[in-house]
Amino acid sequence: MKKYTQKVLDKYHHDKTRLMDILIEIQSEYGYISSEVITIIAQDLNMSEVDVEQTISFYHFFSMKPTGKFSIYLNNSAVANMMGRNEVAAAFEKETGIKFGETTPDGLIGLYETSCIGMNDQEPAAIINNRIFTKLTAFRVKEIIRDIKEGKEIEKMFSASFGDGANRNALVKSVVSNNIRKIGPILDPDYKVGEAIKKIIKMTPEEVIAEVKHSNIRGRGGAGFPTGLKWEFCRNAEGEKKYIFCNADEGEPGTFKDRVILTELPRLLFEGMVVAGYAVGASEGILYLRYEYKYLENYLEDILKAAREKNYLGKNIMGKNGFNFDIRIQFGAGAYVCGEESALIESAEGKRGEPRDRPPFPVEKGYLEMPTVVNNVETLCSVVKVILNGGDWYRSFGTADSTGTKLLSISGDCRNPGVYEVAWGFSVNDILEMVGKSGNVQAVQVGGPSGSLIGPDEFNRTLGYEDLATGGSLIIFGEHRDLLEDVVLNFMEFFIEESCGSCSTCRILPTVLKQKLEKILNARGIAQDIADIENWGKFLKASRCGLGQTAANPLLTSIKNFRHLYEEKLQTAKEYDTGFDLSAAVKDACEVTHRIPNI
Amino acid sequence: MGKPVVATTSLAGCFGCHMSLLDIDERILELIDLVEFNKSPINDIKKFTKKCDIGLIEGGCCNSENVHVLKDFREQCKILISVGECAIMGGLPAMRNGIPIKECLEEAYINGPTVLNNTEKIIPNDPEIPIMLNKVYPCHEIVKMDYHLPGCPPRADLIWEALVALITGNEMKLPYEVVKFD
Amino acid sequence: MNQIVNITIDGIECMAQKGQYIVDAAKDNGIYIPTLCNYPGVKPRGSCRICTVKVNGRLMTACTTPVSENMEIINEDPELADLRKAIIELFFIEGNHFCPACEKSGNCELQALAYRYKIMVPRFPYAFPQRELDASNPKLVKDQNRCILCKRCIRGIHDEKGRTIFAYRRRGTHVEIGVDPKIGKDLSDDLAQKSMDICPVGALLVREKGFDVPIGERKYDKQSIGSDIEEKR
Repeated sequence: MKKYTQKVLDKYHHDKTRLMDILIEIQSEYGYISSEVITIIAQDLNMSEVDVEQTISFYHFFSMKPTGKFSIYLNNSAVANMMGRNEVAAAFEKETGIKFGETTPDGLIGLYETSCIGMNDQEPAAIINNRIFTKLTAFRVKEIIRDIKEGKEIEKMFSASFGDGANRNALVKSVVSNNIRKIGPILDPDYKVGEAIKKIIKMTPEEVIAEVKHSNIRGRGGAGFPTGLKWEFCRNAEGEKKYIFCNADEGEPGTFKDRVILTELPRLLFEGMVVAGYAVGASEGILYLRYEYKYLENYLEDILKAAREKNYLGKNIMGKNGFNFDIRIQFGAGAYVCGEESALIESAEGKRGEPRDRPPFPVEKGYLEMPTVVNNVETLCSVVKVILNGGDWYRSFGTADSTGTKLLSISGDCRNPGVYEVAWGFSVNDILEMVGKSGNVQAVQVGGPSGSLIGPDEFNRTLGYEDLATGGSLIIFGEHRDLLEDVVLNFMEFFIEESCGSCSTCRILPTVLKQKLEKILNARGIAQDIADIENWGKFLKASRCGLGQTAANPLLTSIKNFRHLYEEKLQTAKEYDTGFDLSAAVKDACEVTHRIPNI
Repeated sequence: MGKPVVATTSLAGCFGCHMSLLDIDERILELIDLVEFNKSPINDIKKFTKKCDIGLIEGGCCNSENVHVLKDFREQCKILISVGECAIMGGLPAMRNGIPIKECLEEAYINGPTVLNNTEKIIPNDPEIPIMLNKVYPCHEIVKMDYHLPGCPPRADLIWEALVALITGNEMKLPYEVVKFD
Repeated sequence: MNQIVNITIDGIECMAQKGQYIVDAAKDNGIYIPTLCNYPGVKPRGSCRICTVKVNGRLMTACTTPVSENMEIINEDPELADLRKAIIELFFIEGNHFCPACEKSGNCELQALAYRYKIMVPRFPYAFPQRELDASNPKLVKDQNRCILCKRCIRGIHDEKGRTIFAYRRRGTHVEIGVDPKIGKDLSDDLAQKSMDICPVGALLVREKGFDVPIGERKYDKQSIGSDIEEKR
């Protein structure tokens, strides 16, 4: 263990800012990070042990205890539940004889829950030793556990054929399906690598930025900041080195479009990073990839290698003197909040993924204190098309304020879940028709848990920055779903699980609000409880980042649009009720003293 | 119109808040002129004999009896006041709240250093004894409480000011020095 | 040379040094903005959110936001007052704050803020979490029950090699402070005292110390927190 740790430390040049990579390698090798290893790392990097531990304990996929030779991470998102996760989870517990959060006594299998793994179109899904298993059933669980017990290798445990497209690539070999349902200019497979690079090296960086600005493209992650402006700020910022980050940490439950781009169009994405690098004057690009997509690692590294060989990356790219740019992949380790750009940068620096205070913004002081652009996967892909076809062409799609197309990740109760590329301006009704709704639709979650839950009277609203802004996730709920129990409660649990814990508001309030919801669900609610949720939810607006600021949205938007669901659960006979339950409160003592509760 | 009627009780408290009420010194004579006491350990009236205007609650709820008394007070009194930290947040008795009840009872009756002769390892369970709750509850998490007077105990001046303000209908004076949590 | 910028706080015209944080600029002008996680000489972090003000209409933390020319800052309005009260209340319900039994009572900044904002009872239900009391360090006792996770100890206390002695563990509702078992063991008396002093509440205590100032003479017994700043107006 000592020798291996030293080797890893050497590999990363004893650089403290590469702590994430160091920990990932050790976690992968041993299934956990032992206290002996922590001691070695701390001494080597001149850190205290608690300092190393604070990074380790932040991330879901790091552990200081053995997680089993086979660690199974079963997604617990709302859609997974809708698709039968409970049955699958029960099967896992039955077949292994352990509960979630435990490891079998022989150390063979560990069972864990995890937040959305980007497979909402093929749930229930799990990650086992960095491989994805989709569309699980109780039967399939039996097979998997049997295979594990028989000592089969993970690669040989797939009984179904591999997925479509590059999922069959020898370096991927995954059962994941792309589920591309509608192609537009971004997903268009007719794309020739390197054309955009050839074009930009004949332009000045300012001209590239001007073209991007002219296209009016805005960030596709959800916040919608104008991309050209971001690049310009970064170009004009002072710093001896500049960085381009691609944010491939799509963790918003219900989002999986980046997974599809990374599988089918990684070259387009990397070219987009090169374009951004040229425009901004950056020499290094970092793809921050969520750990859940580790199954794509070898495939992506291979593509980067090929790009270097063709001089799309490297020194004096395509003969342009002084244009040096290369890309490395930085893995996360399981933390939704790292999708926030400054948290992502902190994480890439080897620290806890806690968002930074702003100002300063990353374009001024980002990665290693240097000017940094953080762009979404889809944004960077779109930019290549803008360069190839011009800003005017791009503006011909969508609306005046929301130009271009948008990739939507659609899941839930519909016939064809998957990725759809549509022009902005599509209404929710259009989308429901497009995906083939099954039965009556009760509600649609637009933009994931941090977005809003809307009902049929708002299905005529259109997607776009001027109306329903979204990073592209839409989850459809049929009329048979219990929105409060199945959706809102699950989303609140998600926010509680994924808070970094730094801001008081986001660390404490979501739990308080969830308890209020549970009180209402337990038929102990009074009108004041709804008012309390509305009033208290507002305090989250004082949180530092988008996660905290929107953590009450599942409750607030469902109260706004589905108030009747709450009201019909309230007690009519009582004006006041604290929710205190005497028989529940004396249960423990009665058990200990063997008494019959005579209350 | 008769004098306002006041009732008081100590639930899971130490009677320190009642002592603090007595600490208003000679103003106690004024108080007796202003109000009439009903159920209270001060006059040893054990049962409510009429509806009351103001109920002063010391202590939180640690067992089933506390809950019944508190609910009774809520029914009998127009205004209920949490007096002191225990009523407001459980106070020192609530320091057991993180510890499972089994451990608490075993420490008290079986394993504790002061247990001498419990060779049969009996934890008292006579039906007459109130049943302990899983944790000590602040009063307002059981019933609606109208006002809260913090302190351990609340300063005598705070209790006095609060009572006078309620009785006279005047606004309560809250000088910085009188509102303290210890 | 220091550049001067003009700002307004609640409509009051103030002068401040360019780049100065809003909290400090306000303080220089005799205006108190409540803080908890902020500490003089330590890089601000904006984690308690109590210093939230409105800057040109947006909620910003005054401890991390530098002033700029013509900045319009609102420090006192009903919405902010309610927010700050709520944040103080959240701290009280999140941990186990038994003021009557706390060595820091009377000198505690959280308690002092509750006094200043006249909090009688939190509106939120008490969580009564199970928290760790770590008495393994020979110099310090760490009581997680009282910790408000402000990170002042993390940011402000380092050993001679610049390594941090305190750090966060885990995330979200599970966050707690860890004391380094190795370098924490050799803590000097001076650093132990500094750790206790930097803690706004009673979560870090030097062993065998406490209750040494009688009730009535403690820091916030007679004077509200922030009143020293406001006196200078």
